[in-house]
Amino acid sequence: MLEVEDLHVSYGGIGAVHGVSLSVGPGQIVTVIGPNGAGKTTLLNAVMGVHPGRGRVRFGGQDVGRLGVEGRVRAGMGLVPEKRELFSTLTVEDNLRLGGFRHRGAGRAAARGALDEVYALFPRLLERRRQHAGTLSGGERQMLAMGRALMARPDLLMLDEPSLGLAPLIVREVFGIIAGLRASGCAILLVEQNARAALQVADHGYVLETGRVALDGPSAGLAGDARVIETYLGIGTE
Amino acid sequence: MDADIALILLQDGVVNGAIYALLALSLVLVFAVTRVILIPQGEIVAYGALTYAALDEGRLPGSVWLLGALGAGAFLAGLLAERRVLSPGGVSRLAAETLAIPALVAATALLLAPRKPGVAVDALLTLAIVTPMAPYLYRLAFQPLAEASVLTLLIVSIGVHLVLLGLGLVFFGPEGYRAPGFSDTRFELGSLLIPGQAVWIVGCTLALIAALYLFFEHTLAGKALRATAVNRLGARLVGIATALSGRIAFLLAGLIGTLSGILIAPLTTVYYDSGFLIGLKGFVAAIIGGLVSYPVAALAAVLVGCVESLSSFYASAFKEVIVFTVIIPVLLWRSLRSTAEEE
Amino acid sequence: MTTRLLPALLFLLFLGVPFLPGVPSFWITLADYAGIASIVALGLVVLTGYGGMTSFGQATFMGCGAYVSALLTTGAGLSPWLSLPAALLASGAAALALGAVTLRLSGHYLALATIAWAVSLYYLAGNLDLLGRNDGLSGIPPLRIGGLLLTGSREYFVVVWVAVAVAVLLTLNLLDSRVGRAIRALRGGAAAAASFGVHLPRTRILAFTYAAVLAGLAGWLYAHMQRSVNPTPFGLNASIEYLLMAVVGGAGSVWGALLGATLVTVVNDQLQSLLPRLLGQQGNYETVVFGALLVLVLQTAPDGLWPRLRRLFPPARPRRVGANAAPLRARTLSSTPGLPVLSAAGLRKAFGGLVAVNDMGLHLDAREIVGLIGPNGAGKSTTFNLLTGVARPDAGQVHVLGRDVTGLRPPGVARLGIARSFQHVKLVPGMSVLENVALGAHLRGTAGPISALLRLDRAEEARLFAEARRQIARVGLKEHADKPGDSLALGQQRLVEIARALCLDPILLLLDEPAAGLRHAEKADLAALLRRLRRDGVTVLLVEHDMEFVMRLADRLVVMEFGAKLAEGDPAAIRANPAVVEAYLGAAA
Repeated sequence: MLEVEDLHVSYGGIGAVHGVSLSVGPGQIVTVIGPNGAGKTTLLNAVMGVHPGRGRVRFGGQDVGRLGVEGRVRAGMGLVPEKRELFSTLTVEDNLRLGGFRHRGAGRAAARGALDEVYALFPRLLERRRQHAGTLSGGERQMLAMGRALMARPDLLMLDEPSLGLAPLIVREVFGIIAGLRASGCAILLVEQNARAALQVADHGYVLETGRVALDGPSAGLAGDARVIETYLGIGTE
Repeated sequence: MDADIALILLQDGVVNGAIYALLALSLVLVFAVTRVILIPQGEIVAYGALTYAALDEGRLPGSVWLLGALGAGAFLAGLLAERRVLSPGGVSRLAAETLAIPALVAATALLLAPRKPGVAVDALLTLAIVTPMAPYLYRLAFQPLAEASVLTLLIVSIGVHLVLLGLGLVFFGPEGYRAPGFSDTRFELGSLLIPGQAVWIVGCTLALIAALYLFFEHTLAGKALRATAVNRLGARLVGIATALSGRIAFLLAGLIGTLSGILIAPLTTVYYDSGFLIGLKGFVAAIIGGLVSYPVAALAAVLVGCVESLSSFYASAFKEVIVFTVIIPVLLWRSLRSTAEEE
Repeated sequence: MTTRLLPALLFLLFLGVPFLPGVPSFWITLADYAGIASIVALGLVVLTGYGGMTSFGQATFMGCGAYVSALLTTGAGLSPWLSLPAALLASGAAALALGAVTLRLSGHYLALATIAWAVSLYYLAGNLDLLGRNDGLSGIPPLRIGGLLLTGSREYFVVVWVAVAVAVLLTLNLLDSRVGRAIRALRGGAAAAASFGVHLPRTRILAFTYAAVLAGLAGWLYAHMQRSVNPTPFGLNASIEYLLMAVVGGAGSVWGALLGATLVTVVNDQLQSLLPRLLGQQGNYETVVFGALLVLVLQTAPDGLWPRLRRLFPPARPRRVGANAAPLRARTLSSTPGLPVLSAAGLRKAFGGLVAVNDMGLHLDAREIVGLIGPNGAGKSTTFNLLTGVARPDAGQVHVLGRDVTGLRPPGVARLGIARSFQHVKLVPGMSVLENVALGAHLRGTAGPISALLRLDRAEEARLFAEARRQIARVGLKEHADKPGDSLALGQQRLVEIARALCLDPILLLLDEPAAGLRHAEKADLAALLRRLRRDGVTVLLVEHDMEFVMRLADRLVVMEFGAKLAEGDPAAIRANPAVVEAYLGAAA
């Protein structure tokens, strides 16, 4: 589905990425964990085309390296960025409708159907549909960002720190939804600081340190790796 | 000053204010979507007026050639910018947008201009000639700098203004022109004699405001433009091409600017360099609206028009001084209200 | 000394160039104009390049100087040498007046405001009888030294370029000073500068006035060279041309201004004579070329031509300022453990309808390290902003050492000895680590703009830099001191921020996520540093997400949720607190 080979991103020295390769298979959940500033966000942004990068990015067999962000959206990639990037002065429903911009030619019924699906997944958004996105709470904003990305019916959804700043209760709900998306056939690339939760839901994991892949393997294996336990999962109490 | 004079001045103010309102709206629109402060909007107005005047006299306006040149420039800029991702389909779309349209417009103008087809056709032809220039300018000057700061874009905007000003002299010459209005009828309203052109101007302004409102509130394309204005990255992530949004915003601004030119051509003699001051007055209004609020900008424009007509009655030599000094207390008031955001 | 002698000698030779036989007077006149334009562009370097403020009104200030000198010499019969101070004073005063009204505006609003008053004053000058309306004033006397009339372009060349040299020296002195660092921080580091005691409005107006006085000097030179003045050369288009010069040459350096002014003046002249001949028609072709040039330069070389030219030469070696200067006087505060340093009660802040902080209380005792933790959006950053004066609380009080300081602005808070770092690192772009850190010692120096211009501030500067080097060494960045601040890795930049904060000689240090982006060993170093600071009497409040780091370091933790305090206590107690586990640490903790 997604294949990244030897990706380099220089980005003002901070959070740079040096020669990262990774792949995500169809319907797979893959996670990238690592400390703050390791380049996780930069990596996702480069894969999505937000930052320029050197290296090869293939999606569904097609080289998308030359496409801009819009082109990659049309190809079926989606990104829920760390800062959510919602349209704060538009209503929740308008945010969602614009999420389906990729399928604007598909007609009213299709748009309505996609909207209903997202509302079914996030009933809270239905309650808030007339509210401006800027007035939502942190958890609701994350749900709206995910809902907006799902409106495009992507084949690959990339999530940047979906648990960031959310109360543990909401985090559990969000991860439940991520696990549920696998059933719908959507592949997921998940960047997380909350390594424990990420490794629980993922099939495969990569550990990114100072812009390089330090470790990778099946999540269950990683979760048992002594180094990962010490650095990311904490010892004993944590 | 008796009541009659006051009414006449007020009427003058409202009519001029309606034009400034149109300009203010287009400036707010362009700024919101692209963060460009469109100084050359004044030149678009002047081009509109002078093109309309030339067509009225049965001459082929020089702006036809300018349109072709800008289109060719935009074609090259488009090729350069998208050289890595262009497909044959993309090239032909680009060529249709930047080369075929000017050719078609030029052919129509060549055919129709000598026949003096009347004000309605003149007006439509003028719109067709001048409006596309704005999106071409966007491709040429602003699109490569889409991520630059507002200040950099403002300086670029000044550069484009200089270019259009110089080209205006080349293509239209130093003489001023006036054109006939859409209507010679006069309406009597009490002691006031309202010329038909004034009704046209106010009517067009109101209609355009209504159309813009409907576009932005009730269409997906309008909402996409607003989304681009609110959050560029967010817009790109849902697949809205921000460059396309920018071109659409410029297209609308070009349309409004040209229309303003057609509307004022019967009111005053327009020279190649008249646009700048007219545009700046639209700015005064747009800035009073904080470059974000459409209704405040429109109201402010009417206010600017009234201040102008009053000051031209009392101290005509100091008209411009007064109009441009009005903005300073307004700016102060705005800056006191908005606690300076650092980031 | 040879480093100073050589440029001086070269400059003297340069002044002699017009007197060489065979140098055409046409080119000398052009050089005179280029010199005058250079002085205006120099002002823009300070204002726009370093201060980040764009002005479309420099020609207006130039006109101010020109008209004042014209009036005084033609009307009152004053000598031009006596009208020079008056001209400078007038343009400075005009800048103060206009600046007081418009400098509160940010970014593009300021630029638009300068357009508005440039247009307004242009029409005013064209309609006032006193100023001769559109015809202007003529019969202005030339400059003379004793019996020597300076009417020829050769003699005037010397006058103009001596003035340029003086302006360059003064500008270089100003930029390399305590005040100069404040001006340079306006662009991109204003919030940080304010939190170290820089009075931002005063600094803005200083840069604005300085640029205007230079423009006034240029206006004076122009008036006595032309011997007549009218509104046209001082209109908006002229102002745009000066901005073009600064942009083309590169507003980030004084040499860029000289390059840009000379280039634009020469190209302009050549275009005016060449293009109509080439195209065989009337028209302002040079406007078209200039406009296109402006767009092209910004598209291809947004920093101007000078930085590209500069790359051809070897980089300058960093100077060693303040290697063995006497230390700065330190604060003499008793910091008995347990003495209350800061206490806040009932703090409340709402943005629109959203209550970010609600009835928040906090107290810090001397020699204590307190951690402020909680989920994102709990109001930690807003609390920080309320304590540091960045935001004003809707309700509640803040006391520092028993004094009510509620509502104090950031510079006032800094004066109390409270220093901070930022969650999103705020180093001034283009400044070295050393200069960035020296900005932290702003309040420990006193030198003003006049002593900066005249280089009377060297002893104090040496002491400030010595202090900065000491603090850089203290955080372990000694070998990075002379690198550009923004070339360091994020973690190191955080340490630079801490060194800058230490330069204030603080009693209280507020750190916003200092450990974010640091590697394991670096975190240990940071913890050791903070413990040393505690021993030396500094109180520390830190917001931190790294639980392991903060649990090991802090004496006490305060947990926030939904804008209010959820719990408070020593790390062990917090770890065991069921409410905290539920809301923040998670059930697995």
